[in-house]
Amino acid sequence: MTETTRRLFEGADWDFHTLQRIHDACEAVATKQLGLDVYPNQIEVITAEQMLDAYSSVGMPLFYKHWSFGKHFAFHEASYRKGLMGLAYEIVINSSPCISYLMEENTATMQTLVIAHAAFGHNHFFKNNYLFKQWTDADGILDYLDFAKNYVAQCEERYGRAEVERTLDAAHALMSHGIDRYPGKKKLDLRAEEKRAGRRRQHEEEVFNDLWRTVPTGPRKSRTVLSIERRRKLLGLPQENLLYFLEKSAPRLAPWQRELLRVVRHIAQYFYPQSQTKVMNEGTATYVHYRIMNALHQQGRISDGNFLEFLHSHTSVVFQPEFDDPRFSGFNPYALGFAMMQDIERIVTNPEAEDREWFPDIAGKGDVMGVLRDVWANYRDESFIGQFLSPKLMRHLRMFHLHDDPEERAGIRVDAIHDERGFRRVRRELARQHDVGFIDANIEVVDVDLSGDRRLILHHHVIKGAQLNETDAKRVLQHLADLWTYDVSLIEVDANDKVLREYVVSPRPIPAAA
Amino acid sequence: MAIHIIDRRLNPGGKSLENRQRFLRRAKSLVQGAVKKTSQERDIKDVLEGGEVTIPLDGMHEPRFRREGGTRDMVLPGNKKFIEGDYLQRQGQGSAKDSGPGEGDSEDAFRFVLSRDEFVDLFLDDLELPDLAKRKIAQTESEGVQRAGYTTSGSPANISVSRTVQLALARRIALRRPRKGEMEELEAEIAECTDEETRAGLVAKLEKLKAKSKRIPFIDPIDIRYRRFETVPKPVAQAVMFCLMDVSGSMSEHMKDLAKRFYMLLYVFLKRRYKHVEIVFIRHTDRAEEVDEQTFFYGPASGGTLVSSALQAMSDIVRERFNPADWNIYAAQASDGDNSYSDGELAGMLLTDKILPVCQFFAYLEVGESGGSAFDLSDSSLWTLYERLRNGGAPLSMRKVSERSEIFPVFHDLFQRRETQEKAAP
Repeated sequence: MTETTRRLFEGADWDFHTLQRIHDACEAVATKQLGLDVYPNQIEVITAEQMLDAYSSVGMPLFYKHWSFGKHFAFHEASYRKGLMGLAYEIVINSSPCISYLMEENTATMQTLVIAHAAFGHNHFFKNNYLFKQWTDADGILDYLDFAKNYVAQCEERYGRAEVERTLDAAHALMSHGIDRYPGKKKLDLRAEEKRAGRRRQHEEEVFNDLWRTVPTGPRKSRTVLSIERRRKLLGLPQENLLYFLEKSAPRLAPWQRELLRVVRHIAQYFYPQSQTKVMNEGTATYVHYRIMNALHQQGRISDGNFLEFLHSHTSVVFQPEFDDPRFSGFNPYALGFAMMQDIERIVTNPEAEDREWFPDIAGKGDVMGVLRDVWANYRDESFIGQFLSPKLMRHLRMFHLHDDPEERAGIRVDAIHDERGFRRVRRELARQHDVGFIDANIEVVDVDLSGDRRLILHHHVIKGAQLNETDAKRVLQHLADLWTYDVSLIEVDANDKVLREYVVSPRPIPAAA
Repeated sequence: MAIHIIDRRLNPGGKSLENRQRFLRRAKSLVQGAVKKTSQERDIKDVLEGGEVTIPLDGMHEPRFRREGGTRDMVLPGNKKFIEGDYLQRQGQGSAKDSGPGEGDSEDAFRFVLSRDEFVDLFLDDLELPDLAKRKIAQTESEGVQRAGYTTSGSPANISVSRTVQLALARRIALRRPRKGEMEELEAEIAECTDEETRAGLVAKLEKLKAKSKRIPFIDPIDIRYRRFETVPKPVAQAVMFCLMDVSGSMSEHMKDLAKRFYMLLYVFLKRRYKHVEIVFIRHTDRAEEVDEQTFFYGPASGGTLVSSALQAMSDIVRERFNPADWNIYAAQASDGDNSYSDGELAGMLLTDKILPVCQFFAYLEVGESGGSAFDLSDSSLWTLYERLRNGGAPLSMRKVSERSEIFPVFHDLFQRRETQEKAAP
């Protein structure tokens, strides 16, 4: 076939026809050889400045205005100018169509790599992984962001910039605790969300707020004090989604403030799957680009020289420094993900006795892509590592587990290493390190003192003695109290319900403008 | 499958500009402090260049719940010699802890780059031209012309063809002037018509239309419109700045440096208000001359001191080149305060009669040696003279400076926004 043997490009230059050819060639490999299932692609070529722009607004093409994004932009720009930081080759957005941003200064080889990586690797993962299916609405996200942007602008016009900023600051501080971690509610439909926003606002103005039912109305209430059980049930407690709780139950928020909390909450929720699948997502994309680039090279559509250029970039992306290397800063998700994907390929096609024992389900099954597609669809980092990290890879990366107990005088203990006794423990510990539920502080609203001063009571369940950073905790609680408008207390308790520390914060008076 | 390739490179840049402005507004007091601190360390020339500033992160911090301390477990790659049950010595005071991701307050200072405009804006933010100057600006206006709608009379050169044709069309439609096509159609019909009676009827109809179209002209004189122009007052957008300096032997390098810094500030300040700013350098010993900047600051000269010579020179230059009606005139004089005793009378007269009436602002800066506190010494002869004039009601600003770091505060003090005075002054 002359078509497939013709080179996609020569040298480093590219134009839009080249991009089209590259995309088509990648698509042929992705769909026919790898059996990927992707959203339609939209490829956008951008400049370095636009890339910095995208960085500062968490990679999204449109976002509401807030000073913190300006701060991040200034910070990124300063370090970029000084050459401290290189820019990513691409940014990809979980939307339908799936938008990939390509930097204009990439060479043709790099554009091929990036298209294979983002427009097919990430794209397939977004469309098929269960977390993304469950928690994000790829069709609606861009419209919803557009709605959010306009809504925030409208609020600023109507209620003043300072007021909106105050609410958003508070919401941002609580963003990491504005996520539903467990399914149960129906999947988000962001388009309907946007349409309903107006109606909901109206409705909520009239809605019955349970908190007010306990406001004394007469000289002596005949109503008995609510039992704790009933009160908790009415308020939906305990509740770990702080933003959700405030949106629904904070007594004195204006409807537009509730809507702003909702916007921030939805956006946090949208990014939640990405934080849980860093290793898998990058592993998938890296594995896919590696397969596609190799296939294109075999077909003769990429020259040897360009292929070497690709290998150079590829190896630096999947480079994993060792723990005592000055460049070490934790596991590189690209490296770990790619290594695990390749390892699964090896187990499926060419297993050893050890693999058959550890992975009886997939060892020697033969259908690499079938197994991988299934893995990509049904796991997140924690379960993926917990099940598919093989002894061989642990040996290869020479993993070991350190246990650092400040009470221990002797020092940091080596708890397990890459040996027969340690494999399972190392693997379990690494999986835990990638469990978002384990990384974020476990904070939930447990009660509201309805019969007293309406104090909001939160608990932080301290795990392994790691308490909250004091200055930050106070500031976040200040924001929380401002939204709640009554006192807020946060109690840090350990596993035995022993109180370790208590914070109490009162709301600041609202500035006169409000 | 459909694929879209979009070239976004041509999209307007500065998408994040608004966020940046919000950030700067929020961090204003911090940034302003940083700008002033930076500008003191820098050459005044570089003040214009903008550049990197560092602000404490504290006010800009975005807090979140973070966990720290406790027992930590970590899995690391690259084991070389450890076996299970080994103990690793902690290095120093828990340095292993600090290396944890996301921990530690490594970001306690925040560096970023300000553009030149942002820098100057923040630098001069709370400064304003003195009241005196504003009154003068109101008076010294010139006139310019500007389009202002249409009129029914005017010179033929100003006919607005499009507006005229537009009105004519409207009039023709309103009066039902027969269109050309309508008559042509009728003529064709007549040509084809065989029946005499209808033909006669059609001809009559055609005649009627022709007559009507003659009665109603295509363009009537009442359709004609002329472009109208209006004269509007335009504020004078140019300024000249006179730098007067005593270069006699008693002025040291340090003193000249102080003066230079003051002039630079004034220049930056005027540059922001006026499109066009000229600078005239007049140096004097016992005689004055206009020189270029290099000579002004670095050229050697020696001699006695006659302040009146400089004032006379300035007055001459104003008369020759800078008509006070067209120019905003600012002057700043720097001197160590020495003046020949006999010159006082003449200088005072020149100042009150010729200079001050045409100036928006006249500042006298008395520079002293570094370390020597000018305030303890008895007042110099020039200071005494000017003070007497000022007490007599002359609009003079005067300050004493002996340290580099005082320049900005003094400048700031001179041009500070004075709201109470603003209201008091009519």
